[in-house]
Amino acid sequence: MPPARSWRTYPQGYMLEAARCKKCGKTFFPPRLVCNKCQGREFERFNMQRTGKVVTHTVIRTPSDEFSGEAPFAVGVIEMDDGPRLTSQIVDVSFDEVKIGMPVKLEFRRLSSEGDAGIINYGHKAVPART
Amino acid sequence: MRDVAVIGVGMQKWGELWAKSTRDIFVESALLAMDDAGVDTLGAMYVGSMAPGLFADQEHLGSVMADYLGQKLIPSTRVESACASGGLAFRLACMDVASGMHDVVLAGGVEKMTDIGGGDATHALASAADMKWEAVHGVTFPGLYAMMAVAHMAKYGTTREQLAHVAVKNHYNGSMNSRAQFPMKITVEGVINSVKVADPLNILDCSPITDGAAAAIVVPADMVKDFKKAGVKVIGTGHATDTIALHDREDLTTLAAVSASAEQAYKMSGKGPRDLDFVEVHDCFTIAEIIVSESLGLFERGKGGPAAEAGDTGLEGRTPINPSGGLKSKGHPVGATGVAQIVEITEQLRGEAGKRQIKNARVALAQNMGGSGGSSVVHILEVM
Repeated sequence: MPPARSWRTYPQGYMLEAARCKKCGKTFFPPRLVCNKCQGREFERFNMQRTGKVVTHTVIRTPSDEFSGEAPFAVGVIEMDDGPRLTSQIVDVSFDEVKIGMPVKLEFRRLSSEGDAGIINYGHKAVPART
Repeated sequence: MRDVAVIGVGMQKWGELWAKSTRDIFVESALLAMDDAGVDTLGAMYVGSMAPGLFADQEHLGSVMADYLGQKLIPSTRVESACASGGLAFRLACMDVASGMHDVVLAGGVEKMTDIGGGDATHALASAADMKWEAVHGVTFPGLYAMMAVAHMAKYGTTREQLAHVAVKNHYNGSMNSRAQFPMKITVEGVINSVKVADPLNILDCSPITDGAAAAIVVPADMVKDFKKAGVKVIGTGHATDTIALHDREDLTTLAAVSASAEQAYKMSGKGPRDLDFVEVHDCFTIAEIIVSESLGLFERGKGGPAAEAGDTGLEGRTPINPSGGLKSKGHPVGATGVAQIVEITEQLRGEAGKRQIKNARVALAQNMGGSGGSSVVHILEVM
């Protein structure tokens, strides 16, 4: 991956930077230039709380080559408590414990690495939230 | 705008065509369509192809295919909308003829997917999803549809067996299609016990990796009498887009782009779901056929699974779905799939479908999807 493709999304990938439309209040992750609900163009940026819940999920057993050493692994759609939804691996939990509605917390983790001298991609993975 | 009709179609057998290149398989099917129509020169052509650069290291297919089809200096456009590239190429060919710009236009589609390995193909297909915010987390295309299946099962009680019935029915239909990649019959138990891909989807819930092409010739409806065979009129077309990422959709159990594209085609044609004698839909995964059947209005929300299990979508059912065998059995060379749906509908409406012929079919719908529903193209065709 070209370095710029990685570092230009550090604010979102590392700090969960999102944006809230100043006109209608809809929240977006990652930030956008135009609101898809009201076409507003002014936003305030904020870093999301790291908590949310599982909306749907699966277990990837046949991965792409990049993830061939990691399968099987769980992934899901997470609805963040701040509003936006995102895709994330769901880790540190057995597959049959992952359920729709399960509270999770996003932790800072390594997502993938490109060989010995390539870029290491960091971002979020979801873990069960302790209640 | 002028009314338009399909006057010729062509398609070779699909599969792992090691000995043939992207241009070979496209030109073979295009020539079949031109011979079916009885034409040897074209006014224009549209070539649906999703990712020839990633799959076969060749871009600029508009030029490549016009050149190798022997059509010098004509406008030829490559069309890309992921797995809906073929359907969109057909739509643009119809719009071209309807506008009066050209009289004889070829709509084709092609994908040569087996020159690269399975992992690379999975990566190429993932580029129809949101690479930065979905694929980076390891989610694959089967994974995205698996997540729709989990949501649909939780909301409506759709079962693992109901998903399997879609695959069994499509392979049964495909067993009567000499051009299908996998024309073998399968069983519900066989699907449920096949290798797991992304829970709850198994390998026999998934459409395959395929080399293939398909083509159709579109002309003004009032010129059909000048050709040797019967024409099939295109009475409705629709095209809609939705969020690129599945996670940005409020409802994961329906496909809004499918409904929106169908509404356009229903309105244009004056037809509704009850008027359709059969449909060809984008069953890239078994759950996709169930959700699409609901999003097209063929069945109520949540009733697509029970309908598949009850046989309502079989050749003798209330609304037959995928008499061709669908993507599941026929194969899914992504850029060609949408055009192959038009080939099947044209042959069915002409009464040329052989053992899988649907009796007295007069009106049919084709639905072709891009990505996880980021785009959808719908056409409705009728006997002239």
